[in-house]
Amino acid sequence: MSKFTRRDFLKTTAGAAAATTLGAGGTLVAGDALAQATGQWKPEKGASLRVLRWKRFVQGDEDKWLENTKLFTQKTGIPVRVDSEGWEDVRPKAAVAANVGSGPDIIISTFEDAHQYPDKLVDVTDVCNYLGNKYGGWYDVCKSYCVEKNKWIAVPMGCAGNAIVHRIGAMKKAGFEQFPKDTAGFLKLAQAYKAAGMPAGFALGNATGDGNVWCHWLVWSHGGKMVDKKGNVVIASPETEAALNYGKQLYETFIPGTLSWLDPNNNKAFLDGQIGMTANGISIYYAAKTSKDEKMKAMAEDIGHANFPIGPVGKTTELNLFFPMMLFKYSKYPHAAKAYLAFMMEKDQYEPWQQAALGYVSHPLKAYEKNPLWTSDPKNAPYSNSMAVMLPNGYDGPMGYASAACMADFIIVNMVAEAVSGSKSPKEAMERAKTRAERYYKL
Amino acid sequence: MQRLLNNRHFLGYLFMAPAGLLLLVFLTYPLGLGTWLGFTDAKVGRAGHFIGLENFEYLWGDSVTRLALFNTLFYTTVASIIKFALGLWLALLLNRHIPFKSFFRAIVLLPFIVPTALSALAFWWLYDAQFSIISWTLMKMGLIHQYIDFLGDPWMARFSTIAANIWRGVPFVAICLLAGLQTIPASLYEAAALDGASPWQRFRYVTLPMLTPIIAVVMTFSVLLTFTDFQLIYVLTRGGPLNATHLMATLSFQRAIPGGALGEGAAVATAMVPFLLAAIMFSYFGLQRRKWQQGAKD
Repeated sequence: MSKFTRRDFLKTTAGAAAATTLGAGGTLVAGDALAQATGQWKPEKGASLRVLRWKRFVQGDEDKWLENTKLFTQKTGIPVRVDSEGWEDVRPKAAVAANVGSGPDIIISTFEDAHQYPDKLVDVTDVCNYLGNKYGGWYDVCKSYCVEKNKWIAVPMGCAGNAIVHRIGAMKKAGFEQFPKDTAGFLKLAQAYKAAGMPAGFALGNATGDGNVWCHWLVWSHGGKMVDKKGNVVIASPETEAALNYGKQLYETFIPGTLSWLDPNNNKAFLDGQIGMTANGISIYYAAKTSKDEKMKAMAEDIGHANFPIGPVGKTTELNLFFPMMLFKYSKYPHAAKAYLAFMMEKDQYEPWQQAALGYVSHPLKAYEKNPLWTSDPKNAPYSNSMAVMLPNGYDGPMGYASAACMADFIIVNMVAEAVSGSKSPKEAMERAKTRAERYYKL
Repeated sequence: MQRLLNNRHFLGYLFMAPAGLLLLVFLTYPLGLGTWLGFTDAKVGRAGHFIGLENFEYLWGDSVTRLALFNTLFYTTVASIIKFALGLWLALLLNRHIPFKSFFRAIVLLPFIVPTALSALAFWWLYDAQFSIISWTLMKMGLIHQYIDFLGDPWMARFSTIAANIWRGVPFVAICLLAGLQTIPASLYEAAALDGASPWQRFRYVTLPMLTPIIAVVMTFSVLLTFTDFQLIYVLTRGGPLNATHLMATLSFQRAIPGGALGEGAAVATAMVPFLLAAIMFSYFGLQRRKWQQGAKD
């Protein structure tokens, strides 16, 4: 794996400067962007690519991604086959591909996968520096997920932002003009929703996406965390206990049945009008807005989005589903793959793709904050800064096998569920979580 | 060569070779590899090192594994007993001369024919905390005042998943036992009737002894399939709530594949083997009762 040298830096920044000059007064057209990308990474003769990615959550995402891929093929003559799998299945497949040294050239996976087998991945520092320099830089969290020993080992694709989805009418009726920004106000609002017959509903079953997201926020917002910077398990702490006690109060405002909820349950209950508040991606709004049913359209008007409130810790503490794009060393066509990655992240492709998915994926490059998508409909705005406000999985420790395994084993979710439902005391739940996490972190 | 081909022992081995090879490659090797992995610290994507019994020692002290073991034994015992009772009852009913006998025999098999993942999805809706048609009906009838939390309460979730498993498993037991019932000669019943045996005595002293071998086989399979159930739980609860429905099979998958702890997951799966062996031994000794049926002593 080559290091990113000063010469490389000059090359990429010169390319970026040239692009800026050439594109002054207007955006680069796809052809120009492609010329740049393929100019820097001259595709190998006879190259063809295989890409494995997670299956779309919203249709627009997949349609536009494939359209952009087709455009790449048209411009370069490089055939690209894109396969999709359920997002939870991509992780084990990527690990096996890394181990056996065979599989798709590019795998778009989740969370900290790149840190699980960094030596199997192509150094993509040149691509990331090129894109970063051209598009206002990467959000800090991208470096946590994709940089190891000063080298980029994956290209950040973005994240599926998660926010509080709620009913505006009911909120105003309860006397709240604005969505509360802190956890104290948030609890009051949840109680008001419950009193108004529109309880909240947050997944507490083994829901890989929604359960993990909101439970991590709950713990982090009160200063609790699984591990410290050195990877020592510190989940059993007064801060975590405070979070669990807060969670107990919040749980009282929930609709019955959330202990069994998996990822789709909150979407169904919200769209059926049974709950007034939940945590989710923009997909609930997408479903209501694109529905032909008049009732759904009316609901879309009443749906509001807000970032997770800030807890006693005093800063944003969100966990969002991050997507790294990994290029494997066994690929026969690394230059073609780099050209493809750069092309897909260029403004001409990326912004329309975001728009097609109605912002389901939040951008990792700061320049895309200006995507008209975020201002054309104010309801999209809370998802625009998902990458800016999130913390990395496994916060505050090192990323890798242990942080991934703790999440997959639902340690935080189970701890929260046990404590808030009263099945265990907060102390017992914390101790159980600690024992389980130590198993992973000791290796 | 010609001499070899005329040798019936050689030919016997030759003809068995393809089947033996298939068993070796697709059964022995995966089983051996799985067992070996249980003694290593292998991760998905990384080769492991031999660590002896460490995985098993950890699992013995792990509260979630212990809970999963309890859940599995409870799930298997309750579901198997009820499946046997209902299956036998259904088989006896279907063995009678009833109108549309063939039709009823065919439709009884339906739950078994439907793919498990599909029937699990149907149950997922039936048990939904907000949309359950069971709750909706009971509410409309005024029998309950709020939706039943089928999968949200640990014990309710255990019984709900068991009910779904029973629904799916009863046809298998019933049809197999029905086949067994039809092999019992009518002359035995006639002789018993001439001796003045009551219906219960006919069942107890004719039907049940004649059915014992098939019961042993059917219940062995039923116990094995229930003990290793995965799809139903994975679709309905993923082991929740609070790990109350995690079975050994689902926990093994969760630890090994999404969790990446291949060695530990394999150890959970390997820990199932003694229980499965016990079920097979039950079948073996059950079948020995044939001697008793033929007039010999046990």
